[in-house]
Amino acid sequence: MTAALKLEDLAVSFGGVHAVDGVTFSIARGEFVGLIGPNGAGKTTLIRIVSGSVKPDRGRVVLAGSDVTGNSTASRVRKGLALTHQMVRPFREMTVLDNVMLAAGYRRTANPLRAVLSVGRKPERERAAEILVRVGLAGTEDKLSGSLPLGQMKRLEVARALAVDPQIILFDEPLAGLNQTEAARQIETIADVNAQGMTVVLVEHNLEEVMRSCRRLIVLNDGRVIGDGAPHEVMANAVVREAYVGSGIASHARH
Amino acid sequence: MSAYEVSLLSVIGLNVILAVSLNMISGFCGQISLGHGAFYGAGAYAAALTMIATRNFSLSLVCATAVGALAGIVVGFASLRVRSDFLAVTTIGVNFLFTGFVRKQAWLGGEMGISGIPASGFGGNGNMFMILLFAGATIALSLYINWSWMGFAFRAVSEDEDAAATLGINAGAYKLAAFGIGTALAGLAGGLYAFFTQFITADTFDFIFSVLLMAMVVIGGIGSTFGVVVAAIALTLLPEAIRFVNDYRLLVFGGLLVLVIRLVPGGLAGLARRLTAPAAKP
Repeated sequence: MTAALKLEDLAVSFGGVHAVDGVTFSIARGEFVGLIGPNGAGKTTLIRIVSGSVKPDRGRVVLAGSDVTGNSTASRVRKGLALTHQMVRPFREMTVLDNVMLAAGYRRTANPLRAVLSVGRKPERERAAEILVRVGLAGTEDKLSGSLPLGQMKRLEVARALAVDPQIILFDEPLAGLNQTEAARQIETIADVNAQGMTVVLVEHNLEEVMRSCRRLIVLNDGRVIGDGAPHEVMANAVVREAYVGSGIASHARH
Repeated sequence: MSAYEVSLLSVIGLNVILAVSLNMISGFCGQISLGHGAFYGAGAYAAALTMIATRNFSLSLVCATAVGALAGIVVGFASLRVRSDFLAVTTIGVNFLFTGFVRKQAWLGGEMGISGIPASGFGGNGNMFMILLFAGATIALSLYINWSWMGFAFRAVSEDEDAAATLGINAGAYKLAAFGIGTALAGLAGGLYAFFTQFITADTFDFIFSVLLMAMVVIGGIGSTFGVVVAAIALTLLPEAIRFVNDYRLLVFGGLLVLVIRLVPGGLAGLARRLTAPAAKP
């Protein structure tokens, strides 16, 4: 079976700093993977390479068997990759329902010609309403998404990611800024999405939630993978502990 | 109908086509263009030259539209490289480039322009009806686009290109489409103008005219087809009705523009919405 996502020897450096330095790993369909690492480990850059907003100096990004290294973000999304942003970015001038409907209409908006010839919205509206119930946003359909509190905006991000019918979802810090109740609710939704067969990659600072939910942990440090396996084994690894505890000192020493 | 009224209605029709088409680029898709006059001019010159060479009226209009679209798509590629304010500056440059180029070309009549463009054969009234028909069609097209999934995607691109990309929307393709459609219509308006006056010079299509078109869009309400139509009609009639406005046209329109941006950013459309729904919650 082809992997949902395969990264092969990815590397990129900015002004001589190796932000990502030879990262290789593969994620099978249906996995629930946590991607963690201390600040400056290269998580964000790696995600930007996978999403298509940063071009790697070398290496390949393979999505469900097809090489997408040279593709735009939009084309990766149409090939089955969904992303949620760390900083929420709903279309603030649109209603909550419209935000999700637009995502659900990704086939209609695949190119301008198809879009201009498409007018009906019923299937997308129904699909969007269904997804909003699933992420716990029922009742907010007609609100302007810019008026939602942060917790609901984060859920809206999840709803939009689900609406593009992805093979794999990359959640970039979906818990950041949420209080405990909201975070628990959010992680429950994500776990539920995974339980229904979706491949999930969770990039998160909240170690406790990651340890509890993910079944596999990949740890980055200095742009390299320093740990990969079952969460408790990985966290017991001396190199990983050293990276977390000593990261502050180590990064100062290197500059 | 007097000749004056026929000519006034024709000019209103042309301005409606121009303002509504600019609104597709700048209002629907969020790409600020301050060079719409250049595409209008490109269409006018294309129609004039085609008509002189072939005496085929329909072909002339088709050429005008095609040249407008082609030039727009070329400039649209700039919108893939630069964003917002830089695009505005780029399009201003395009407008100056156009008028500067045309003035120096003997085959385009240079400073003297092109006169004696063969008549369409419909007469003044016929031309007016044709212009108004195309204006109506432009309004219908604009409403349709806004209603279709293209309009939906335009709104996303206009608000946040990167977020649009994560929904699988190729922002670049949509920006090119907006420029292509908007400038095709500007080219068409240019063709209609060439037959309306049968005499064209570069000065008609200068940067100041482009700013006037942008004023119609902003005062009408960026993104609102009806608001822009109302503003296009009002701003065309105003200088005719009030002598003072005609003498100080730039001053008055510039002042209006500043007032609208400062007081009612939604323009006439925003004002109408506010007045009809006073109890509306945000």
